[in-house]
Amino acid sequence: MAAGNFEKYKSDGSLAGNALEWVDARFPATAMWKGHLSEYYAPKNFNFWYFFGSLALLVLVIQIVTGIFLVMHYKPDAALNANGVPIAFASVEYIMRDVPGGWLIRYMHSTGASAFFIVVYLHMFRGLLYGSYRKPRELTWLFGVGIFLCLMGEAFFGYLLPWGQMSYWGAQVIVNLFSAIPIIGGDLSLIIRGDFVVGDATLNRFFSFHVIAFPLVLIGLVAAHVLALHETGSNNPDGVEIKANKDENGIPRDGIPFHPYYTVKDIVGVIVFLMVFSAVMFWAPEGGGYFLETPNFYPADPLKTPPHIAPVWYFTPFYSILRAVTYPLFGLDAKFWGVVAMGASVVIFAFLPWLDRSPVKSIRYRGPIYKTLLTIFVICFFILGYLGTLSPSPMGELISQICSVFYFGFFLAMPWWSRMDKFKPVPDRVTFK
Amino acid sequence: MSNQGKMDCGRRRLVVATAAVGGVGAVAALVPFVSSLLPSERAKAAGAPVEVDISKLEPGQMMTVEWRGKPVWIINRTKEMLDTLPKLADAVADPKSEKDQQPAYAKNDTRSVKPEIMVVVGICTHLGCSPSQKFKKGAEEGMPGDWLGGFLCPCHGSTFDFAGRVYKSKPAPTNLEVPPHVYLADTRILIGEDKKGA
Repeated sequence: MAAGNFEKYKSDGSLAGNALEWVDARFPATAMWKGHLSEYYAPKNFNFWYFFGSLALLVLVIQIVTGIFLVMHYKPDAALNANGVPIAFASVEYIMRDVPGGWLIRYMHSTGASAFFIVVYLHMFRGLLYGSYRKPRELTWLFGVGIFLCLMGEAFFGYLLPWGQMSYWGAQVIVNLFSAIPIIGGDLSLIIRGDFVVGDATLNRFFSFHVIAFPLVLIGLVAAHVLALHETGSNNPDGVEIKANKDENGIPRDGIPFHPYYTVKDIVGVIVFLMVFSAVMFWAPEGGGYFLETPNFYPADPLKTPPHIAPVWYFTPFYSILRAVTYPLFGLDAKFWGVVAMGASVVIFAFLPWLDRSPVKSIRYRGPIYKTLLTIFVICFFILGYLGTLSPSPMGELISQICSVFYFGFFLAMPWWSRMDKFKPVPDRVTFK
Repeated sequence: MSNQGKMDCGRRRLVVATAAVGGVGAVAALVPFVSSLLPSERAKAAGAPVEVDISKLEPGQMMTVEWRGKPVWIINRTKEMLDTLPKLADAVADPKSEKDQQPAYAKNDTRSVKPEIMVVVGICTHLGCSPSQKFKKGAEEGMPGDWLGGFLCPCHGSTFDFAGRVYKSKPAPTNLEVPPHVYLADTRILIGEDKKGA
């Protein structure tokens, strides 16, 4: 709904009314409020899965606010202080021990990072369940994939900043991935690092990317994601287009205003989410070694790799795919193809709207083929994620190769299997009890 | 619109020319930003050679020194360690060090100037982790039973022998790099340069 379709506010003569009329004559305040909230009609049958969009927005706000306060005390400097500890590492310890409330703000930020990925993975899974990426919402989905990529970059840059052992060696490995690209690879990884090894130059530019460049892009993409969604209207668990059935006033019969109905519903989600979030933050901020990895409690040592290095949990499925590629092909070594496979495993989500050829959107009306394959896909994703946290082993390599083949097979064979399924008839209106 | 359907070709050419010049300017403006991402003069100058005294390095021991921010290992190999090298000729990917990972004076069976003293950059050629010591033979340190001793990269499982040669079918594409180095005296090595007093 374009903002221009709403009438400007007419004052009732009160002071507040006059003020709003004055603003409305100069800025589309009423139009934006109505277009995106009070007269944005969302399907009335949203379920549990529809919490995660608004929760992702909440976590973004948490990350930005806590980030602003962390930057006030953090110092991106790899030089050693008088005690022989890198200044960046020491400044994080300073935040944890000496800044009043600093430990809590930092744990909010570190827990928020993992929470962001949990919420976003569930949000993406919702898309798979109900076909939210299908026409006409392809652009909403593409902006979403952009947000996911941006989030991965943001998390990667942010993880270097505490300048612990895992920060350092994780960055070393990931930056070296780019050197696998033929011809330009060496120079590219040099440009990313800014030095011949991961060092002070790398730390400073990652800091800049983490606190300025990527958050700006992220916010822009989030705005585009929401605007594109509000242009087409939301999908729903039935995958029925509610705009196809409007009443005499042009309002979808199965739609309810986002505000107050879904704002209030989402607050319930926010409360439950914050309960879980707080429980982790106060009782298990390290997340059992998955949210904050043990080697990161030691300052970065360029001469010694920790005995076991693994990325943070949210990268491990893709990292497993990287490790699964062990064969050279077309004269290029396995390392290059591993990088290609890892990149492809993320980017392939962008092609979903065109890979899925099923006549129905929602899993409710799809047949056993989709349900089976989606279940195996999710299992493979979890297995890959788990294997990515382990040291390499021949058995793990074989299992991750099988899972990787299935992972790509799920997407690449979708144009065929998504058509073959047995479908149930889709109702004209959403089902609502 | 009075001139609808008519196009002023002269103005259009000017618009195209202006856009082209503007585009060139925008690309030119990228130059300082991209070049600022390259290693600074200070970073380039930091690669000074390092002098190491190895007089206290006992046979079978290894020491690590920092050169250009990277770990450089100096290993005083025992005869037993050296004896494993010929046995591994079929197990390693590049037994004769054909690939350009060492100066010419280290392109030999032991990949070193003096047979027993190995000088090598302790950075895995796969993705830049530093391999760990697995010097003991057999399964004692979690290696396979037929392990003859060497190094294991903890990140992706590449294994190397006592000459830094990578085993076959491992992620690392090449042997570990031997840095340029020269013996200033019997027990003093200069790492990073080939010539004495240079």
